[in-house]
Amino acid sequence: MTNPNNISLNISHALEFIDGHALNIPTLKILSEDGDILDGATAPDLDKETALRIYSTMRFIRLLDERMQAAQRQGRISFYMQCLGEEAAITASAAALKQEDMIMAQYREQAALHYRGFSLEQFMNQLFSNEKDLGKGRQMPVHYGSNELHYLTISSPLGTQIPQATGYAYGQKLKHIDAQSGELSSEIDNVTICYFGEGAASEGDFHAGLNMAAVHKAPVLFFARNNGYAISTPADEQFKGDGIASRGVGYGIKTIRVDGADTLAVYAATQKAREIAVTTGEPVLIESIAYRLGAHSTSDDPSGYRTKDEEAEFKSNCPVARFKAWLLKQGWLNEEEDEAQKDKIREEILAALKVAEKIQKPALEELVSDVYDTPIPALQKQYEELKEHIKQHPDAYPITAGRIK
Amino acid sequence: MAKMNMLHAINSALDITMAEHPQACIFGEDVGYFGGVFRATSGLQEKYGKHRVFNTPLTEQGILGFANGLAAFGAPALAEIQFADYIFPAFDQIVNESAKFRYRSGNEFNVGNLTIRTPYGGGIAGGLYHSQSPEAYFAHTPGLKLVVPRNPYQAKGLLRACIKDDNPVIFFEPKRLYRASTGEVPEGDYTIEIGKAEVVKEGKDVTVLAWGAQMEIIEQAAAKAEEAGISCEIIDLRSILPWDAETIAKSVTKTGRLVISHEAPITNGFGAEIAATIQKECFLHLESPIERVCGLDTPYPLALEKEYVPDALKVFAAIKKSVEF
Repeated sequence: MTNPNNISLNISHALEFIDGHALNIPTLKILSEDGDILDGATAPDLDKETALRIYSTMRFIRLLDERMQAAQRQGRISFYMQCLGEEAAITASAAALKQEDMIMAQYREQAALHYRGFSLEQFMNQLFSNEKDLGKGRQMPVHYGSNELHYLTISSPLGTQIPQATGYAYGQKLKHIDAQSGELSSEIDNVTICYFGEGAASEGDFHAGLNMAAVHKAPVLFFARNNGYAISTPADEQFKGDGIASRGVGYGIKTIRVDGADTLAVYAATQKAREIAVTTGEPVLIESIAYRLGAHSTSDDPSGYRTKDEEAEFKSNCPVARFKAWLLKQGWLNEEEDEAQKDKIREEILAALKVAEKIQKPALEELVSDVYDTPIPALQKQYEELKEHIKQHPDAYPITAGRIK
Repeated sequence: MAKMNMLHAINSALDITMAEHPQACIFGEDVGYFGGVFRATSGLQEKYGKHRVFNTPLTEQGILGFANGLAAFGAPALAEIQFADYIFPAFDQIVNESAKFRYRSGNEFNVGNLTIRTPYGGGIAGGLYHSQSPEAYFAHTPGLKLVVPRNPYQAKGLLRACIKDDNPVIFFEPKRLYRASTGEVPEGDYTIEIGKAEVVKEGKDVTVLAWGAQMEIIEQAAAKAEEAGISCEIIDLRSILPWDAETIAKSVTKTGRLVISHEAPITNGFGAEIAATIQKECFLHLESPIERVCGLDTPYPLALEKEYVPDALKVFAAIKKSVEF
């Protein structure tokens, strides 16, 4: 029976409470640590070309992260964030999507952006906030974004992209809804994937976004990266209950939990989730269980809050190595070529870094452009006054003084 | 032309927008079949379907988060916050997200399609949480536009301008006037330019400035002043951000005096910004200090509302003080 509370009542006469962990959601795992398909598991339909593209993206991001982490330590950039330990989760999920699907990321998903085609030069231009940065040098390093690649520019406030993803996905669905019946009349062209960490799942926006998506049936794939830590706060100090996945169930959203270090499991889960979203118009939650091998950011020092033993345990479960082992067994990858490729990429990264750091900063007018579609009168006036001031004191403003018209 | 109250005028502006763009959506708490707590969206769900005019769960941050996403997608997002007092849970989505979308992305993305409608202000015996005027909080945020109409004609033309504007706009609707203010309104489409104040009545002795529901109050005060032989120039600011400093400065240069009135508490109210700017622009023309007649620095009261509000008598007293300085 149903009632106005939208609940199917299952009447009981026993005084029983349901335990917070009662769901005990299973975790999908397909690939063993040695790169074998596990007994009872089915490998997803993943062609050689896609598999190698996933692998080369993971390898590239590892090398980029390693080099730019060092560049921050050298004082060449102000800040950096690695995705060490989560390469498989991010890359394989992005690979299971269409190029035109929207990506709304948190900040640690550079692998998804690279998979889409964001070039080494584009990464560098953003990291050095030079005049070629698509974001015009306004945000800290790693706040990437590209309209062409359908990757929403990163926002520092945590979790804000979650209800936005619901709204964006609803927009993607609108043209497929029959005006008379209000029902989905055809398969949806594109969906939105929304990445966030388990820490962000504590924000009000998470709850607002999931609830809105469930109620209004938005084709959004919520991808929770449960990597064990929110900066220094371990997961057991962040939430109770059965992970983030149980929240999805609570909101009435189809949910799956995957081993986030298993490229094949993440790929299979995301591919299926997308299929559900385009055919039903409904949201899906994927919780990826991985481990953040690196620091939260370059401002963080994980040695202060986790043990060497813990880190070593997870280092042995490297998502890149696991996928590589599978590729080698497939005969799709050659160890010697792989090593040679690595050296070549390292050289390219270093060369691109040297170019990007010499490109000049954005022009002064970028201080006032894009606040509105056109500068409002008060802002235009402030800009004119600033220009005059700089003209009178050019030595104090060497970056812009010589370029003012 | 047709005789409309402010709710009809707003409904008409929304109706035109929904007909114009097949992906425009109206959403908020109770806005669906019920038409919103004040019925501003009445009849629109029947006309455009539940998929385009819909109730949301009770989550202001969810409404604005959703609205930012929908607008970023490119669909006109017409979000309603049931009372301006309840806009604060959405503060982060508005101030950190809507306002900065274009700037932070280098114009890779924007939410220019976003319009937030919200009833504001007192005079309905609503007490602390149904009477606030929070415009100043948002006026401190580059990237937003803020507009306040004073009558049905303004409401329709300004709302249409807000919807067409390629920036996120908050449209504060004076709820006290929803049904109280009626007038002739064109049935077809028209817009009123955002960012321009309107000189409602010309005068020579003192400039009296307000916006929204407070316009009625300053007009009553000006009428008293005229009886006392004081000629008032009355200006409706209409847009809080961007605001028309030029029109105000021109008027004050002529009259030499300025009285500003708003319902929100005086400290850091938007009147403070106007007073500071006009003091700089018109310093040598000022005959007396700029007067502000505003709410007290208290939460909005219930039982003693009459004492609290900047009424016509208080504005008249300020006009006299300014002229007799």
